[in-house]
Amino acid sequence: MSETILEAHGLVKRFGDFEAVRGIDVSIARGESFGFLGPNGAGKTSTMRMISAVSAPTSGSIRIFGLDPTTDGPAVRSRLGVVPQEDNLELELSVRLNLEMFGRYFDLPRRVIRERTRELLAFAQLSERAEDRVDDLSGGMKRRLTIARALINQPELLILDEPTTGLDPQARHLLWDRLYRLKRDGVTLIVTTHYMDEAEQLCDRLVVMDHGRIVAEGAPRALIEQHSSREVVELRFSTDSHEEFLDVLAPFAPRVEALPDRALLYVDDGDATLHDIHASGLTPASALVRRSSLEDVFLRLTGRTLVD
Amino acid sequence: METPLESRAGWARWQRAWWYHAMQYGQTWRGSVAGTVLFPIFYLAAMGVGVGHLVAAHTGLVQGQTYLHFIAPSLLVTTAMQLGEGESLWPVLAAVKWVRTYHAAVSTPLEPEDVLVGKLTWVATRSLAGGIVYTVVIGAFGALHSWWALTLPLLSVLTTLAFAGPLVAYATTAESDASFSTLYRFAFVPMFLFSATFFPVASYPGYLRPLVQLVPLYHAVALGRAAAVGSGAPAALAAHLLVLVALTVAGVLVGRRTIRRRLVD
Repeated sequence: MSETILEAHGLVKRFGDFEAVRGIDVSIARGESFGFLGPNGAGKTSTMRMISAVSAPTSGSIRIFGLDPTTDGPAVRSRLGVVPQEDNLELELSVRLNLEMFGRYFDLPRRVIRERTRELLAFAQLSERAEDRVDDLSGGMKRRLTIARALINQPELLILDEPTTGLDPQARHLLWDRLYRLKRDGVTLIVTTHYMDEAEQLCDRLVVMDHGRIVAEGAPRALIEQHSSREVVELRFSTDSHEEFLDVLAPFAPRVEALPDRALLYVDDGDATLHDIHASGLTPASALVRRSSLEDVFLRLTGRTLVD
Repeated sequence: METPLESRAGWARWQRAWWYHAMQYGQTWRGSVAGTVLFPIFYLAAMGVGVGHLVAAHTGLVQGQTYLHFIAPSLLVTTAMQLGEGESLWPVLAAVKWVRTYHAAVSTPLEPEDVLVGKLTWVATRSLAGGIVYTVVIGAFGALHSWWALTLPLLSVLTTLAFAGPLVAYATTAESDASFSTLYRFAFVPMFLFSATFFPVASYPGYLRPLVQLVPLYHAVALGRAAAVGSGAPAALAAHLLVLVALTVAGVLVGRRTIRRRLVD
């Protein structure tokens, strides 16, 4: 494995009596795309704030670029890009001034700021809107601007907290494309998300968080192979409770889960299972065979779905 | 070490935070500058000349001065106070809660203290500029009688900071702006009217006089008046000065803690 860019041991964050993060260990290599996956309230954002060198851990240690962010915060942050969960752009200023202002924060010389602003406007597909007030941009444009702004200092490590939450599919794909380009250019990415497809798309490696702890770690495919079956049969019955069907379905699969709106059968060959079910006389209102996803891994590990 | 030195502009971190406010002000400065120049003229014309005429007819001089001369320094310091109030409540709550631009700032090399110092030095800058304009206008109305009047812009800065310091500290702890309007109604407006601003402390009922002297603005008004005429008891002046400096220092010390708690914990 190549050089370690970020390393954390026993990371804990406590707010009063509430323990948001309960002892996390991660090690991220330069050039890697790393994901923190988990439902709302899992402790992802608190973890991000600590590894962004903004909030100090209650206990545990972090090294970023080999530096301790609690004592070298400004030096660490000068090499980081941070995209927060909620856009915090300057709404009254133009797109261009938002970028220039951040350039100032990083103490870049005027000439450098001008050059990078031009490049980043093109990168974010906002060149046409450079002189418009940020308030007038669409949600997707604001998100792209927030990402562009985080790149003004050419960071070695870009940290994105739920980069595509609330965006329409087209805007999400455009953003993913921009993130691939950064990855290709060697930027290390850390992403939090509660979207499975996003994690599968973007991350080389990820951890699944729940209740402030890491419950699984690995490459998306490896996690699926390790914690789930090859395929999943999803059945919907016209019933108020799919729990009632657990016993009936048990003989058809090594593992069956009941969700409020459907039953899931974890099997190797979905079509064959579905065939057996129909042959037995069961009549689900709808049936679907799909590949296992990270969602299934999460359900297996925590007994809950990711997006409630 | 931040980024390599050759690629840095060389600004201190708090200066970059100051620049942010300057940049923002650059978007709206026209309206604001017009107000800075015109309001002193309006106030002095209406109250100093207009009301002053009535005062002259009824009571003659106020503390040995024309009414215009009497209120000119008060108008300068009340304007400085209002700048401190206006800049420190809603804009700060917006920056820490609604728009979260201060959160954006501390994701860069800036520390919360840099954000605070940048904010206060920016407000001080505006107060200095406003104070210079006000002093010139007062001079043009013939209401300055001493070289000490040249300290009026500095008094403007100190007055603004005596309010902005504690109020910024308070605003960084606020969860909503509900209390802000209450502050205006029950603290700032009464303070504006009853700090010996428009009539001398001698004209208050005896039992109210000690109360008036507890109000921060009273001390700024007293200093302003002393500077305009170039006289005053040194001990009293030192006490007035001490109150304003103490408020500023307390504001900064508390603000350093509250802004850090709000932005990075």
